[in-house]
Amino acid sequence: MRAGRSLRRGARGVETLRAMLGRLSGVIGLTLVALHLALALISPWIVPYEYTSMDSAQTLAGPSAAHWLGTDHLGRDVLTRVLLGGREALLVTGTATPVALVWGGGLGVYLGLKGGWRDEVAMRLVDAVLALPGILPLLVLITVFGTGGEVLMPTLAFFFGIPVIRVARAAAHEVVARDFISAARARGHSPLSIVRRELLPNVTDTLLVEGAMRWSWMLLAFSALSFLGFGVSPPKPDWGLMVSDARIYMSLAPWGVIAPVIALSTLIIGINLTADALAKTLGLDHSRKAVI
Amino acid sequence: MAGAAPLIDIRKLCVGFRGRAGAMLPVLHEVDLTVHPGESIGIVGESGSGKSTLALAAMGYLKHGLQKMSGEVIYDGADMFERSDRDLSRIRGGQLGLIPQNSGQALTPTMRIGRQIREALHLHCDLPEAEYSRRAQELLAQVRLPDPGVMLRRYPHELSGGQQQRVAVAMALAGEPDALLLDEPTTGLDVTTQAHILDLLRDLAASRNMAMVYVSHDLGVIARVCDRVQVLYAGETVLDGPVRAVLRNPAHPYAHGLLASIPRLGEATLPRALDGRPPGPAEARQGCAFAPRCPLATGDCRAARPPMIDGPEEQITRCLYPDHVAGLEADTKRTEPQPCPPDSPEALSLFGVSIRYDQRGPIDRLRRAPRPPATVDGIDLQLARGETLGLVGESGSGKSTILKSIAGLLPPSAGAITLGDGTPLPRSVERRRPDQLRRIQMIFQNPDDSLNPRQSVAEILAQPLRLYFGLKDDALRDRAAGLLEVVRLGADYLDRRPGQLSGGERQRVAVARAFAAGPEIVLCDEITSALDVSVQAAVLDLLNDLKAEHGTGFVFVSHDLTVVRALSDRIAVLYQGRICEIGPAGAVYGTPSHPYTAVLLGAVLTPDPDHAPRLMAEDAAELSPPARGCPFQNRCPVKRGPICDTETPPLRDAGDGHGIRCHIELDDLRRIARR
Amino acid sequence: MTALIIRRLALGLVTIWLVSVIIFLGVEALPGDACTAILARDAFGEALARCREVMDLNTPALIRYVEWAGGILRGDLGVSAGGQERISELVGYRMRNSLLLAAGALAVGIPLSLLAGVIAGLWRDRWPDIVLSVGAIFAMTIPEFVAATILILIFAIWLGWVPAIVLTPADAPPLAFFPEFILAATVLTMLMIAHVMRMVRASVIEVMAGDYVQMATLKGVPYWRMVFRHALPNALLPAINVIALTIAWLLGGVVVVEVVFNYPGIGRLLVDAISDRDLPVVQAITMIVALTYIGVNLAADLLSLMLNPRLRSHQARRT
Repeated sequence: MRAGRSLRRGARGVETLRAMLGRLSGVIGLTLVALHLALALISPWIVPYEYTSMDSAQTLAGPSAAHWLGTDHLGRDVLTRVLLGGREALLVTGTATPVALVWGGGLGVYLGLKGGWRDEVAMRLVDAVLALPGILPLLVLITVFGTGGEVLMPTLAFFFGIPVIRVARAAAHEVVARDFISAARARGHSPLSIVRRELLPNVTDTLLVEGAMRWSWMLLAFSALSFLGFGVSPPKPDWGLMVSDARIYMSLAPWGVIAPVIALSTLIIGINLTADALAKTLGLDHSRKAVI
Repeated sequence: MAGAAPLIDIRKLCVGFRGRAGAMLPVLHEVDLTVHPGESIGIVGESGSGKSTLALAAMGYLKHGLQKMSGEVIYDGADMFERSDRDLSRIRGGQLGLIPQNSGQALTPTMRIGRQIREALHLHCDLPEAEYSRRAQELLAQVRLPDPGVMLRRYPHELSGGQQQRVAVAMALAGEPDALLLDEPTTGLDVTTQAHILDLLRDLAASRNMAMVYVSHDLGVIARVCDRVQVLYAGETVLDGPVRAVLRNPAHPYAHGLLASIPRLGEATLPRALDGRPPGPAEARQGCAFAPRCPLATGDCRAARPPMIDGPEEQITRCLYPDHVAGLEADTKRTEPQPCPPDSPEALSLFGVSIRYDQRGPIDRLRRAPRPPATVDGIDLQLARGETLGLVGESGSGKSTILKSIAGLLPPSAGAITLGDGTPLPRSVERRRPDQLRRIQMIFQNPDDSLNPRQSVAEILAQPLRLYFGLKDDALRDRAAGLLEVVRLGADYLDRRPGQLSGGERQRVAVARAFAAGPEIVLCDEITSALDVSVQAAVLDLLNDLKAEHGTGFVFVSHDLTVVRALSDRIAVLYQGRICEIGPAGAVYGTPSHPYTAVLLGAVLTPDPDHAPRLMAEDAAELSPPARGCPFQNRCPVKRGPICDTETPPLRDAGDGHGIRCHIELDDLRRIARR
Repeated sequence: MTALIIRRLALGLVTIWLVSVIIFLGVEALPGDACTAILARDAFGEALARCREVMDLNTPALIRYVEWAGGILRGDLGVSAGGQERISELVGYRMRNSLLLAAGALAVGIPLSLLAGVIAGLWRDRWPDIVLSVGAIFAMTIPEFVAATILILIFAIWLGWVPAIVLTPADAPPLAFFPEFILAATVLTMLMIAHVMRMVRASVIEVMAGDYVQMATLKGVPYWRMVFRHALPNALLPAINVIALTIAWLLGGVVVVEVVFNYPGIGRLLVDAISDRDLPVVQAITMIVALTYIGVNLAADLLSLMLNPRLRSHQARRT
């Protein structure tokens, strides 16, 4: 019976994936995301140059046979750097998103179920942290702890988990009000078993969609930080950093800007379209959720 | 009347929606409907029969996603679906008025009542500007709303359900319509409110010579307001005839079955269920749509769709054997409910139970605000083993609250609950021992809500089996399959999810889950009110069998007096969280009775054209119980005097465990009842 | 009703207090202090002692919090690291410039986003909706700095219509910013329209499928009158809160845009302060933004409370 159940659960995943691929947004989104992930995995073995190798004879050169996307102001190959430029971002946000989802989702479900003064206090704190909009709280923490992936990963995981608390709490509230929870309580199941069997399966859909949206916002924040000079440190390649560097030479070498911009945008659009298709497939409308 | 030109003439109307596969799936199959001026027609059918779609189509309107496939809707010489928007705006709300099912949602929440009615007047009447407000007030007075002037300034959410429905009636009358289309206008209202609104509609229709198309699932309502009735089944008209003939001597087996499935107030018998379910829009049909469920069906029925033919007593029926339907009568004798064995030991007792919802905040306590009266107060109840105790009352009577309190979900603020052996039951569910928990099981109103949509039927049934009996693996699955047999579902249901079941099947799974625990007491909270009548009958039948087999005691809560009557040994009538009357079912529904019981019984409708409800009390909605005296003091038609406002009435013993809480003597109550 | 307003205001005050504590502690909790941060981690000796003296770091944290918070209440934001400048002066004109930018974006963005949302909602799944929705997805998913860079590339470099970067000093008269202002405001407006439009669209679709819209149609109310009288007042009520959130988000998003255009607002000041590790300035700006955020949201809450009859009595009954 156990095997049967996990089989069914797997079947639901396959079913959802198939339904998502039935939508145009799902096809485009999943293709883009898969492409980016694949490139990030194999790029170190396929890039034509070292990302640090400079060709001082060819700075800000246009596209050529040797450099398909030209070179930057230090004569580094733009194609190489674009191919590698998403790895750090994907690694950091790809780790931070699930962490944010688990801690924020867990706490939110707990609060939604428990209520009372804990809930009241926690929600005031959540409100207070959310009163620092956008990348502001990240900037403050960076001032304090400095930059780099090892700081950014926990920082992003922490701050992006906070709005998840709210979403998970609201979702839990909605489920708790339903009679199957009352029925389980009346039978005398333990709170833990009620959460595991009755509550969680009914909030995971919401959290999944939420996670996909958070991922894209986290990528936006990460690239903005990189752009401002607080993310990945040079000479490591990163799209945000590349745009920031190449911006000054934009009139001479626009491809230096355009290439990372396209790479970043396709990834974020891909994630967004995937989230959109996922939400529609699961019958959730996320477009009404708050921006923050 | 038959010779006059019809007002609305719907001919061979087909309406459908585009299915996932791309094909059109019909919800109405070639439906004809003619409405003559001043005539009142009932359209009756169960959920999914297409009755609301038909009524809205009469106004040239289809809900989002529906499309007209063929046919026409002729009004005033032209097809409603071919008319210009301008024409439609003139006719809708003008010549044709609509009264929707749920006026609470059909009135625009941001507009005051007055503005909404004046808008209708502006659109359809040419009056001097100053007259509009006066006319709006006049309309509210016509629908018998108190303080029309005040009402005009209210927002919809500030009104009770009955008041909202009256406002909708007033708005429909604004355009002086030739015909009213009513889409289940009293569904969801209390019986007394429903009776008042129907009374109002009858009077209005008669005095203005308005035609009415009345859509309802309730044949009792149809019997009250209609001259003619058309029965829809799975999107087809199966029977059309005078209301008297259809109710007394239906010429179609479906109508016959439907009537048999309605519980009656005067009879202590169980209604007969209709087995099976109607075909959905996506299912291919050949021949008569009802044939798979029909006891009269023959090969001819399954070969081709029967035409509409003339039957007895001016009925037109889609049945090849209209004359055989009457013969079905013999084998549809209703079963008697399983009585409680005499001298059965006690299973559950409530002593002076009070329940409060309100939690006074620190500010209230500081201000020394008076504590509002308890939502439920002073409940004494006893339930014997194998007995069914009905709790009946209107919305807000606290009947579901009491159930939740017994289940431990809502700890009482005072009083005690004990199990049969006299051991007091801890108030909250967390403190109860597994054995105590097992003995009390609850079934909820809406199975959509009480079954976890993410679990399969097997997982749902496994919860109590694992918890109480520690069953595992094959033993677990075998037991679950056995339970499904008990509720007359096959083992092949084990791997389905609630979303793949019909409403009736879902409620059976909920019943099976409750019985998985092997309970002594099952609490049923309005468990049939979300179901169609024919399905309801099947669930009632099932409960009766379980009672006979397992000797289970039931506390059965319902707002429907006839359903409670069909199943209960004893009945308690509740008003505002207080018991008015309690006793054996026959005695409570007979005389003498509490004035509130009399009001409730008087308002019950039965599918009998000669039965008229008796309206005794105002249908004013009360939000909270009075602080002192009799709970019914504000609405009582036979109030004795100031004593009713100040003193809690005594429990008068009418013998055989029948008690009435009233200041009026039993003999006087008997005399009042005879009047 | 009054009780409800008082409750909301009290909640707002509690949030402000919590924010101030979080900001203060956030900076306080770091290893070392403001002076080690400025003077690099390995600072020691006399320079450090002098810095601590100037910044009053030898006083207990609680007292410094009270002084800091009290100062903010009086409108005094303290002095920057090293004690060279008064933060209030530093912030003054830049705050004005940032507000100007946000106001410009809002003035254009609010009406346009409502219009776009209503159009997309009413023409659901038809071409106006598809065009607008796809546009919104693009606008939402492209980072601010990317959008800004693209606009500069097109309008400043290729077309040469506007200068690429602002060189105007912070205290110049407002009109002096106009040419550069346009591109910065355009970026913010685009993003804002995308967000608000999606919410309004969903709200319009929900309301248009509602029973009262059907009822209005069936009582003969002509389409556009039904839309304006029955549907939109209900559909746009939730927009108030969404717009408030967007304003708050503008304040955050403004940081990047100001950097890209070198626009002298508080966002740029913040980034500079972070690069200089000037903690008092970071604290002050964060607090200002949080105050604005809470204020705007509170105003939105109260406004929707006043405009929505259902909410008003529903909430009143609950409290």
